[in-house]
Amino acid sequence: MSIAIIQYNAGNIQSVLYALERIGAEAIVTDNPEAIMAADRVIFPGVGEASTAMNYLKERNLDQVISALKQPVLGICLGMQLMCSYSEENSTNCLGIFNEQVKQFIPTEQSLKVPQMGWNTIHHLKSDLFKGLAEESYAYFVHGYYASIGAHTIAQTNYILDYSSALQKDNFYGVQFHPEKSAAVGERIIQNFLNIK
Amino acid sequence: MLTKRIIPCLDIKDGRTVKGINFEQIRDAGDPIELGAFYASQGADELVFLDITATVEKRKTLSELVNKIAHKINIPFTVGGGIKTEEDVYTLLQNGADKISINTAAFNNPSIIQSFAKNFGSQCVVLAIDAKYEEDNQWYVYLNGGRVKTDTLVMDWAKHAVDLGAGEILLTSMNHDGTKQGFALDITAQLAETLPVPIIASGGGGNEQDFYDVFTKGKADAALAASIFHYKEVAIPDLKQYLHNKQIPIRL
Repeated sequence: MSIAIIQYNAGNIQSVLYALERIGAEAIVTDNPEAIMAADRVIFPGVGEASTAMNYLKERNLDQVISALKQPVLGICLGMQLMCSYSEENSTNCLGIFNEQVKQFIPTEQSLKVPQMGWNTIHHLKSDLFKGLAEESYAYFVHGYYASIGAHTIAQTNYILDYSSALQKDNFYGVQFHPEKSAAVGERIIQNFLNIK
Repeated sequence: MLTKRIIPCLDIKDGRTVKGINFEQIRDAGDPIELGAFYASQGADELVFLDITATVEKRKTLSELVNKIAHKINIPFTVGGGIKTEEDVYTLLQNGADKISINTAAFNNPSIIQSFAKNFGSQCVVLAIDAKYEEDNQWYVYLNGGRVKTDTLVMDWAKHAVDLGAGEILLTSMNHDGTKQGFALDITAQLAETLPVPIIASGGGGNEQDFYDVFTKGKADAALAASIFHYKEVAIPDLKQYLHNKQIPIRL
């Protein structure tokens, strides 16, 4: 199986590559449209800021490439947020694959800190992406923005409020947490993604 | 619910773990990769690797080591020790580190906090502070591994660093470090209740109760310890079960 990790100005690309290697999968890191389109699986990682990342993708026409992909695609963290329609982070129009808006966490009186950083649970699991995983499994999160709950929600998490920790529409999957850093749970999710028919 | 984090810390010198290690399961006791992987399998939530290698030449081995760690470890890890430039940070992140920790270099040149946060994101910039409680009842910042006193108060420096973009504070109490008598609860709570970023408490953790106290009275988001884990005085699975039983949100 060929796996392409989309190369752009985002932070966790190496970690995703190493996580794939740990479960015995090889991947290429590329921004070449042909190579991305030809891959059996595409992973769209991301740690960074939305508008900068979108501009980078647009300059290379990768926004069009990603939206047109037919094979299973997994967006991670900022990658998932960029697959939504709009992000409040610097008022950024995103790819519009998921009809969800990305909003900023507003801290509450209980003084919850933003960004959320650390391990939280995922529940209401509704996809083969989570095959073999129990409700309330733990995943590692680092994010200050979130997608609300909607028609494409396949996992939920609570921090300040309930939000979408994973989304799916057709061949497009997105996770807000970092499966590449989420120990055995994350490895299972990556394996499940590779196993999707 | 977001959980409290338990973070073992490994001191590295010339690519090897420094403090004596007691684990029979570890084939090579001095290998930080094996030890880190063991802690990850035990349920550690993150790891911190602090490079205490003195010479610049030998420090180059650090990025190679980080690369090996990143291939093996499936939880987030922070790397610290002697990081001064954007190039240092870039190299470590490129080799798979999730966060970097800065201390003396940031105090001497606070603008690096800003540039690191801007270029790599606040989430990967951990500011480490060595703090000492003095006779005038104030907490002061110490530098160079605790050898150099400053006239700056811990709270003032921490606030300034967060304003500049530090995403987390790793607070070590020099008064408590090594005593195994419990963490510095008062200053930890002061920082945790004042600052909008997570506080990692370090120094003094000796038993399970100490961790309970630092999460409740100390309001810490995470707790870091070294020798009690290395010497098997506290086992991570037991510690996490204990905290879970006492209603602390913890990942089991």
